[in-house]
Amino acid sequence: MPLYVEKKPDVLITEDGVRTDGRLPHEIRPIRMTVGILDKADGSAFIEWGGNRILTAVFGPREVHPKHLALPDKALIRTRYNMAPFSTPERKRPGPDRRSVELSKVIREAIKPAIFVENYPGSVIDIFVEVLRSDAGTRVAGVNAASLALANAGIAMRGLVAACAVGRVENFIICDPNHDEDMWGDADMPMAMLMESEKITLLQTDGPMTDEQFKEALEMGRRCIRFLYEMQKEALKRPYLIVERSVFEQGEV
Amino acid sequence: MMFNSEMLTHKLLREYIEDLVANDQRIDSRGFDEMRPIEVLNGTFTKAEGEAWIKLGKTQVLVGVKADIGEPFPDTPDKGVLVSNTELLPVASPTFEPGPPNENAIEIARVVDRAIRSADAIGLSSLVIEEGKLVYMLFLDMYVLDHDGNLEDALTIASLIALGRTEVPKVILKEDGEIEVKEEKWKVDLRDMPINFTFVKINGKLLLDPILEEENVAEASITLAIDKDRRVCSIQKKHGHFTMEEIINAAGIARDKWPEVAEMIKEVI
Repeated sequence: MPLYVEKKPDVLITEDGVRTDGRLPHEIRPIRMTVGILDKADGSAFIEWGGNRILTAVFGPREVHPKHLALPDKALIRTRYNMAPFSTPERKRPGPDRRSVELSKVIREAIKPAIFVENYPGSVIDIFVEVLRSDAGTRVAGVNAASLALANAGIAMRGLVAACAVGRVENFIICDPNHDEDMWGDADMPMAMLMESEKITLLQTDGPMTDEQFKEALEMGRRCIRFLYEMQKEALKRPYLIVERSVFEQGEV
Repeated sequence: MMFNSEMLTHKLLREYIEDLVANDQRIDSRGFDEMRPIEVLNGTFTKAEGEAWIKLGKTQVLVGVKADIGEPFPDTPDKGVLVSNTELLPVASPTFEPGPPNENAIEIARVVDRAIRSADAIGLSSLVIEEGKLVYMLFLDMYVLDHDGNLEDALTIASLIALGRTEVPKVILKEDGEIEVKEEKWKVDLRDMPINFTFVKINGKLLLDPILEEENVAEASITLAIDKDRRVCSIQKKHGHFTMEEIINAAGIARDKWPEVAEMIKEVI
């Protein structure tokens, strides 16, 4: 029986382009990225993005069990996207459903091009994406965090993978759709890029867009992804930054 | 016999810990009756009606309480429903694998559940909306995020905090059978504080709140819950064996430890 009933807002976007959470079409929700919060994992990252809370951990390269899954010339990459029972308004039954199986696959395929898999033949790298709280855009948040956790684990990579979703509400192209826009918007397009060469490694679309709108959405996605990429680099560097300045400021050199 | 590096490090670690214990010491320089520091994280991390993310030393757990309404069980028409579940997430340890809960996860969930149920900490009869027809159902989902030993105590503490913070919308069952969900909130009344205390036995000595390495080399382990009247309200002996004196001794230490942990829990709710 439902304790909570969702209501569609009367206006998804005003004529001036103001959205249900007060943002303008090009504005992203607040983000915080933290790296290395788990002790037992080889690499980990926590991302808070709008109402999303996603924890990722990386284990490996390590021995493959069962052994027959090992690849002779490169590392096996395994990914699991999992939603906590308390991550949704109504309790979600634990365990994989069809959606999380698909998302595990697209996240793996978004991340894998970044990894030098040939460096780790016969081993496995496990990437776990745990959604603790969901609020639209969990897969792109998961890609950002997974990429950070891999870097944190010291896995050799061609670059970081950054991701953001864009969408369409009526005639507006918007970035980083919120819950309302995800539920009742006209189109939704999560994308990820392998930086810095800006190759698209994840692209899904759900909802129609004209040629013009599609091009505008792609361009907006690229701008957002660049922004996220800068944040990722900062999050990775932050623990090491403190040493940088004092030497020059105190004139000791 | 096969002998590999893993077995060697295990043997060395065992000898190291046993030597320390013989000199009344522990790896992290705690006393035998001393718990690790407990930290409760600030922030919203779930969509649950009550939640708590806590650190017990390096062990991290996140507990969320989701509420629903439904029919009571036929044999307990005057009681609400509490469902407990533990997930040993693969992010928490290289030895945890994805998949449905294994026997360890199920045992831990039941040990926490039993402590809460035996002391009737949430008052299951207060979850009744209309006897025999409609009751609140609380789902206690316990997530292990980082495993550095003593999951039982960490999950019990986090569960009590999460339950104590749980607020659900008031529900009324009208005479025509229609269910009305109000804006008003109803808060779970935490009427007892059954806290689990876990001990391991190493070299014949009892160590409270073991870290992972201590758990791995222990001869035996036991978990006891103490309620607000300082009574033992549930016990789970796990592997190994104890003498009667050791168990009575453990219960005594747990009783002495109860007030400080209970006080901390009350403060953060």
